[in-house]
Amino acid sequence: MKAVIDILDLSTEEIMELIATAQDIIADPDKYAHACDHKKLATLFFEPSTRTRMSFEAAMYELGGHVISMSSAASSSAAKGESVADTAKTISCYADIIAMRHPKEGAALVAATNASIPVINAGDGGHCHPTQTMADLLTIYREKGRFDNLTIGVCGDLKFGRTVHSLVGAMSRYPGNKFILISPEELKLPSYVKQEHLKAKHIPYEQTTDLEKALPKLDILYMTRVQRERFFNEEDYLRLKDSYILTKDKMKGAPENMIVMHPLPRVNEISVAVDDDPRAAYFKQVLNGKYMRMALILKMLGIRVEKA
Amino acid sequence: MNIDSIQNGIVIDHISAGKGMKLYSLLGLDQTDLSVAMIRNVHSNKMGKKDIIKIDADLNVNLDVIGYVDPGATANIIRDGVLVEKRTIGQPEFLTDVIRCKNPRCITSTEQELRHIFRRYGSGDRSIYRCVYCETKAE
Repeated sequence: MKAVIDILDLSTEEIMELIATAQDIIADPDKYAHACDHKKLATLFFEPSTRTRMSFEAAMYELGGHVISMSSAASSSAAKGESVADTAKTISCYADIIAMRHPKEGAALVAATNASIPVINAGDGGHCHPTQTMADLLTIYREKGRFDNLTIGVCGDLKFGRTVHSLVGAMSRYPGNKFILISPEELKLPSYVKQEHLKAKHIPYEQTTDLEKALPKLDILYMTRVQRERFFNEEDYLRLKDSYILTKDKMKGAPENMIVMHPLPRVNEISVAVDDDPRAAYFKQVLNGKYMRMALILKMLGIRVEKA
Repeated sequence: MNIDSIQNGIVIDHISAGKGMKLYSLLGLDQTDLSVAMIRNVHSNKMGKKDIIKIDADLNVNLDVIGYVDPGATANIIRDGVLVEKRTIGQPEFLTDVIRCKNPRCITSTEQELRHIFRRYGSGDRSIYRCVYCETKAE
């Protein structure tokens, strides 16, 4: 497999295959401890990231592989004006696989087109972040046991939130799902996302600004942060950043078996008091992300480990 | 209104009235010193009104541009004053370096050497073109 730029690059069958591998890793991690011996992952992060980068690095180490990386974009050749295409060609000489984050949309596609080794998009601006969606999907599968017939509420920044766009795209491929889109007017889900994923497939959805009214209907609540870096105007960011805060009190109105997800990092959109609620699944998502990245690295390197 | 017939060149006919100027500009005809006639609002039995562009030169016209601006327009190739080929142009699947991505967050905004490539989604009146890098819709 040459590249994963968008979650929709993976078919539903491939998603299930990755989930099966991830679950096998969870059941027997020792079996995978040397699966990537002598293989090198290059992590190219042109934009600050803690969890995604460390998750990729932890994933490769747990597979027995090595990681090479640049410490920051400022210290890389990009600061000297090197193009993404040239960087990708150069790193192809050193590593076996690339995980790349870049602030510009489409940068991962440029890297994948020019690299001679597999490229995983670890986030290209506000565009796509497929491995976050993989973490989301494994979490949904482990917590709910299925991908169909679910009512999914997505809340917060639905305009710039790439994780939301990808999740809506990924979950719209399964039958019987419904979406409730909860956001301020200014941060509504873009019409092209609604058109392509929801309207075109006749998937029911409603739009609301009221989180509390939506809560009782949900199987899954996917919270997002309003991200400062996606705004050109600081005033708009300050006005919208605290639109939704999920508290212990609001959780009283949510079904017993609903799960709360969040791609993290959170700022204050989920109160810390909610962390102890058994419905809080966002730290499980972090762990699931590592397992799915392990499964993806194996798949992209063409390494097969016999499953139990 | 009389415009002399051309000897060797191309006549782009059946252009929807009003789209001729856009086509003229996207084909880069405003940047050449070739002999070009841009005829607007010509009477047409079929279309009511139409635009026509006559290029009196053996120019290698990018037919994708015609298909993008006005699918259904025809390109007539003239050799020695005789019509040798008539093509109706459909919508191209990809457009390369015809229009530019306007998204300031797109990788094409910083990497100047990248070609601006757009892909068509859908067909007919409902079709749209999106940047292959950032998926922003063409204006």
